Amino acid sequence: MSIPLLSLIVFVPIAGAAVLMFMRSDDAVRWTALGFGIVDLALCIVMLAGFDTTTHEMQFTEKYPWVPALGITYALGVDGISALFLFLTALLSLISVLASWVAIDRKVKEFMVSLLVMQALMLGVFCALDLFLFYVFWEAMLIPMYLIIGVWGGEGRVYAAFKFFLYTLAGSILFLIGVIVLYFQGGETFDILALTAQDLPFGVQSWLFFAFLVAFAVKVPMVPVHTWLPDAHVQAPTAGSIILAGVLLKMGAYGFLRFSLPMLPEASLYYSTLMLVLSALAIVYGGLLALAQDDLKKLVAYSSISHMGFVTLGIFALNLRGLEGGILQMFNHGITTGALFLFVGLIYERTHTRSIANYGGLMKAAPVYTAFLALFTLSSMALPGTNAFVGELLVLSGGFAANLAAGAAAVAGALLSAAYLLGMYGKVALGPASVSAKYKIHDVNGREMAAILPLAVFVLWVGLYPRPFLGIIDASVRNLLVQVHGEGSGQ
Amino acid sequence: MDPVISTRPLLAVAVAGLAALAILFLNKREKLRDAVSPIAAVAMFAIVVSMAPTVLAGGSVELRLFEILPGIDFAFRADALGMVFATVSSLLWIVAAVYSIGYMRHLHEHAQTRFFACFATSLAAAVGGAFAANLFTLVVFYEVLSLVTYPLVYHHEDEEGWRGSRKYLVYLMGASKSVLLAALALTYHIAGSLDFVTGGLLAGANASATLLAVVYFCYLFGFAKAAVMPMHAWLPAAMVAPTPVSALLHAVAVVKMGVFCVLRVIFHVFGVSMVGELGLGIATAYLVSFTILMASVYALTRDDLKARLAYSTVSQLSYIVLGAVLLSPLAMVGGIIHIAAHAFSKITLFFCAGSIYCASGKRNISDMAGIGRRLPWTMGAFFVASLSMIGIPPTAGFVSKWYLAEGSVEAGQMAFLAVLLASSVLNAAYFLPVSYTAFFEAETKESRAPVREIPLVAIPLVATAILSVLMGIFPYYFITLADGVIR
Repeated sequence: MSIPLLSLIVFVPIAGAAVLMFMRSDDAVRWTALGFGIVDLALCIVMLAGFDTTTHEMQFTEKYPWVPALGITYALGVDGISALFLFLTALLSLISVLASWVAIDRKVKEFMVSLLVMQALMLGVFCALDLFLFYVFWEAMLIPMYLIIGVWGGEGRVYAAFKFFLYTLAGSILFLIGVIVLYFQGGETFDILALTAQDLPFGVQSWLFFAFLVAFAVKVPMVPVHTWLPDAHVQAPTAGSIILAGVLLKMGAYGFLRFSLPMLPEASLYYSTLMLVLSALAIVYGGLLALAQDDLKKLVAYSSISHMGFVTLGIFALNLRGLEGGILQMFNHGITTGALFLFVGLIYERTHTRSIANYGGLMKAAPVYTAFLALFTLSSMALPGTNAFVGELLVLSGGFAANLAAGAAAVAGALLSAAYLLGMYGKVALGPASVSAKYKIHDVNGREMAAILPLAVFVLWVGLYPRPFLGIIDASVRNLLVQVHGEGSGQ
Repeated sequence: MDPVISTRPLLAVAVAGLAALAILFLNKREKLRDAVSPIAAVAMFAIVVSMAPTVLAGGSVELRLFEILPGIDFAFRADALGMVFATVSSLLWIVAAVYSIGYMRHLHEHAQTRFFACFATSLAAAVGGAFAANLFTLVVFYEVLSLVTYPLVYHHEDEEGWRGSRKYLVYLMGASKSVLLAALALTYHIAGSLDFVTGGLLAGANASATLLAVVYFCYLFGFAKAAVMPMHAWLPAAMVAPTPVSALLHAVAVVKMGVFCVLRVIFHVFGVSMVGELGLGIATAYLVSFTILMASVYALTRDDLKARLAYSTVSQLSYIVLGAVLLSPLAMVGGIIHIAAHAFSKITLFFCAGSIYCASGKRNISDMAGIGRRLPWTMGAFFVASLSMIGIPPTAGFVSKWYLAEGSVEAGQMAFLAVLLASSVLNAAYFLPVSYTAFFEAETKESRAPVREIPLVAIPLVATAILSVLMGIFPYYFITLADGVIR
């Protein structure tokens, strides 16, 4: 083992945060945070470049004893699934820095420190191979996120931050109990790979499945434990929303992929219909809620619930297309919804209103803004040619194979997404130019363009040439299927 | 016969796409900008026709770009069915490009750059769809076509424009994000691929008849551009667009994209034999017969000329589908060549409606008394095209209706022969009074304003009227292609 690449990826943002502590000028803080973000993203690209897509084995592994008495180690490693999300995390964190450039004008240093620490912890979650280490990262994430919402948020920030904290903490307690049970049932080890290889009795698997379900369902979020999400999103600053929607929500789905499916395969199979029903419910209910919103941020927040329903639907279809589609949709949702929150933030900075009723005819005042908004709106509604269509086609195809009714419900959700997204776009961008009469609006500037363009590239790249992305996860997904269904099911 | 590998299908699409970029780039230089469309149209037509010998000989021109998912490529294939659609669209673009310049300049329309750029992109999408080698590629172009025609529909940006365009998008997107999406996912689930296959992708598929029937109807209604009732209401709503748009897009490119997709599904996804075995053909035939008759009745009641033409289009599109689902060789040929016959005639009729509007500002038929004496070329062309719509020799409409009628006899379905005849009578009933009013009714006082033919508008419509007759006399190009589809 030459360079501990994963440790570097995780600790570069921490180092960045440490450096920021000693800075005074706000501008220096912004540029430094940006610099560390770029370095971290570059490291992730180096990692992907060296990633071997032919194997499902953990790569770039590092392992050092930490608390030998309890069998706790500092172990990192990535498979295809986590590699994809390391990259997504680094990318969206960088974009969050750009999105906060002028939007955050007080306690800039503290904000950037929180953002970088948050980034490090999220990266840690995605590559931890030790359950204890995973739990530490997982729980620690709450603190910077709590601060980002609670300190730099909107009017009701304290309530929203507290609600977010309570929901997630409640889930985490069950997760902690699950971790302890796993530790004792699985031979007193926290090694995730060793625990995966264990064959637990079905009764234990069932209990653990539901303990994990609560923890992960809060994060995803699945209906009915989704109510923290709109509050958190509406109150969070733009960067907070991007991180929340782009990465934090993925943690729940990642939990299912890393723990529920491989460690509790029989329970996952047994309860898969329940999960499909819950997913279909989230898709339709989230879509209906989004349809009723006048607040731009709430609309995007509720659409996330619906879209994450597609993710869990794909995962619990428990077949190749469903899983690959679900994971690809996680990535797509990160890109597209991250972009939509960015766009809401950009326009909010100009008008200080999020009410759709206040907009109209924005196309005339900000043609570039509305053109890109159109791209991301269409991506979010999964128009063929954009990233989400590929994922949605896979998820639906896998979903229909698993359960025709769940597939049909998901199609209804897709129709809803077209309705609320096109409705939103029509009311904001088209129609008589009423918005420019009320507000002074300028089009996007260079810094904003720098945040938008990479996301736009991924929308079309995944939409028209998804192979590199599916190639990264393919071997891991096939291995996951073997773990769930037994040998010979990797299709 | 081995397929010819060539970049020409992509090139045909690229020409129009690049033309759109050039138009945007030449925003401020009007003359140059306006020259782009006709030049690109001629180039596109030349590229399309250059593939004709291969396709007429029973071959195809293919280009595989890259893999999207296992079993799904982004790929082009110019085959007989695609050539019918592509030839018609690219040929008529040349005429429509000239007409648009005359029309837009004469009316001093705003946002002309956006108009011409979207127009060119629409053609790129239409021809891209024609040459798509599988459902994925087809649907990408199908949706691009919906999107780029949307600004053309709301072009006037008035209350009526916003309302009409909203309805347009709601129908098209609603259908494709619900039933069409389900159909695609189910097809991929059942067949593991979305390729067009001679004889049918789903032929021999391991799926229940019920599921297959559901998928079939999801396609039929999902491709809302085919305007099979009840998915037709977007088409009259789209008439708020400037007339060149109604002419080339909502009588040719967009609606033909819809029926083209339905034919693709019948011929190359399900396959003729499966459509017959499952009894889907006859069910569809009744469904579209209802559309044919009902839309004609609607057309009778409309005084706004464009609205009457729009309902006529709804009716005529269902002829094409009817021909295909009767499943007898002659009827299928009739349906396929009706794509071309209807295109040449209907674009003429719309051009005439636009010419009348440009010259006199009139939209309602009842206000057009005596206008034929002022606009002899326009109303002469209108009369010729009307004859073609009714199906009177020697026009294009006669040839396709003849095949359709013979085909219904061949299929042993006299009921549909009756539908065809009844609908022809209805066609006569809603088209001939227009000519009568224009030529034989006396001008009213207020219609004595100076009304004159506008050359850039009149020449294209005479050209398409001549095409309608020429195709009636020399239909072999399209018949040979249609034979190639069903062979």
